[in-house]
Amino acid sequence: MISTENLTIAYGDKVIINDLNLTLQKGKITALIGPNGCGKSTLLKALARINKANAGQVLLNNQPLSSYADKQLAQQMSLLPQILITPEGITVQRLVEYGRSPYISHWGKLGDQDKNIVSAAMQETQVSEFSTQAVESLSGGQRQRAWIAMILAQDTDIIMLDEPTTYLDLSHQIELMKLMQAMKDKGKTVIVVLHDLNQACRYSDHLVVMKEGAVIAEGEPEEVFTEQLLRDVFSLEAKVIKDPIANTPMCVAY
Amino acid sequence: MKTMKLPSLYFFILSSLVLLFAITSLFVGASDISIADIIHTLFEQGEYDFIINQYRLPRIFLALGVGAGLGLSGALIQGVIRNPLASPDLMGISAGAGLAATTLLVFYAAAPVYLLLLTALSGGLIAAAIILFIAYKTRPTPMRLALIGIAISTFLSSGIDFLMIVNPIEINTAMVWLTGSLWGRNWTQVPLIWGTLAVIIPFAFWLAWRLDVMGLGEDCATSLGIRPSKLQLMALLTAVILASISVAVAGTIAFIGLLAPHLARMLFGHHHKYLIPSSALLGGLMLIIADTLARGLQPPLELPAGVLTSLIGAPYFIFLLQRYKAW
Repeated sequence: MISTENLTIAYGDKVIINDLNLTLQKGKITALIGPNGCGKSTLLKALARINKANAGQVLLNNQPLSSYADKQLAQQMSLLPQILITPEGITVQRLVEYGRSPYISHWGKLGDQDKNIVSAAMQETQVSEFSTQAVESLSGGQRQRAWIAMILAQDTDIIMLDEPTTYLDLSHQIELMKLMQAMKDKGKTVIVVLHDLNQACRYSDHLVVMKEGAVIAEGEPEEVFTEQLLRDVFSLEAKVIKDPIANTPMCVAY
Repeated sequence: MKTMKLPSLYFFILSSLVLLFAITSLFVGASDISIADIIHTLFEQGEYDFIINQYRLPRIFLALGVGAGLGLSGALIQGVIRNPLASPDLMGISAGAGLAATTLLVFYAAAPVYLLLLTALSGGLIAAAIILFIAYKTRPTPMRLALIGIAISTFLSSGIDFLMIVNPIEINTAMVWLTGSLWGRNWTQVPLIWGTLAVIIPFAFWLAWRLDVMGLGEDCATSLGIRPSKLQLMALLTAVILASISVAVAGTIAFIGLLAPHLARMLFGHHHKYLIPSSALLGGLMLIIADTLARGLQPPLELPAGVLTSLIGAPYFIFLLQRYKAW
């Protein structure tokens, strides 16, 4: 379980996250939503120890993040950043193998178990057939699946995704949401920054709504996602109706 | 599509070339010695004992070791800074080591080898610290970092010139050494460079996988359990040690640290598992060719090997700069 305790993060003089207390639930999909610049990506990076806290701390299983060794932490949680850098010429297989970094020996040699996990991850994300192809030669959707396979190969209890759907067309977005649900079904805790509010409502169990570095509301989408909230947080006039398929709330702006 | 067999083939060809030129180098020089005499001298004793065993043979080992050190240093710097224009000489590390060592030689011409080594190393470290500090403050583009490096390098070199001008008597030793020459070296320097390589090459292989993962960006590397700042520091420190010791042994030999890793990348792709050994091999190959030519072009006159490497390296660097259009 992961939580923050009076977490404050600033870049120079600019405070991005201010005195935040938040507990994220185990085994659920939590979506972080909020307008641009509200600090949701910064929070995600702080949870992954990429951003250092100026004050307060992040706790993982009631231990401060700082008490974990680098590899040890990477065996507990993984993060897929929003901007992905694909090294020139790298194959899908190789990329997914990088997911085993926290486990392998000093010389970067993969054991049999690592290899099995790598091929299982590629199967699950349906990229096995591209394993020898260069990642850069794939389509956007395939490429994103290859990166997800890397995260799966890392085999962590907590998986964090920063706007994983940004550059995908709709069908691939839905595909990715389903992959997220599959992760949850295997007992993983998923924390995801999402841009699309309706997708957040439909696919997450728990919403965390942020504005200007603070959490404005959190809870199940049904409780939290209201017309008032959209007005307050997003300055958006919208009608909230039931999703005709999943029965979750969805908004239609006007 | 690269198959698994290609790298081993390339490695075989490369190693054979290194061996070939190392042997050729034994036959080239101011004195004309027949093949039979050379073989005789190598395995027994002969009248040419001094020239072969005390002069040409150590030079071969030095050229291979220093070239390998420079190539490896360049591969590590390029790998960690993610900048194709980076290399120990272009970033002022070689000049820093050179300035420190010249200062020592000017004031203490009979300095023992280990002292020269330590002095060069501190010079290299200081120069690296300066450029890293500037890079950290200004976050330059690859192109700008190269320019900053060249500026610092030139500044340090002018310091060397200054020392030479105000101390014209002591200039001789320093001068020959500085142009990057293997002239007048003997067995005393051989264990220095090879000992360093023996320690550092395994460590470089340890870095290989981590440097590859760094290619995914700092955020990704962190989340995969690799701390970028720590890795960068370790790799750079290794590169500075290699470059400084190379300078202490053979003076400033330009462009091998830039050229060898580039060629290695073209032949072997981007995996450091291959880049590290191939950059070292290519560096060794380049310097042994340069040194053989330096001795063989116009005997008994001898050119410094560093002049020859610059002849090839400088145009290539200009070519690289051309490819970087974004200023």
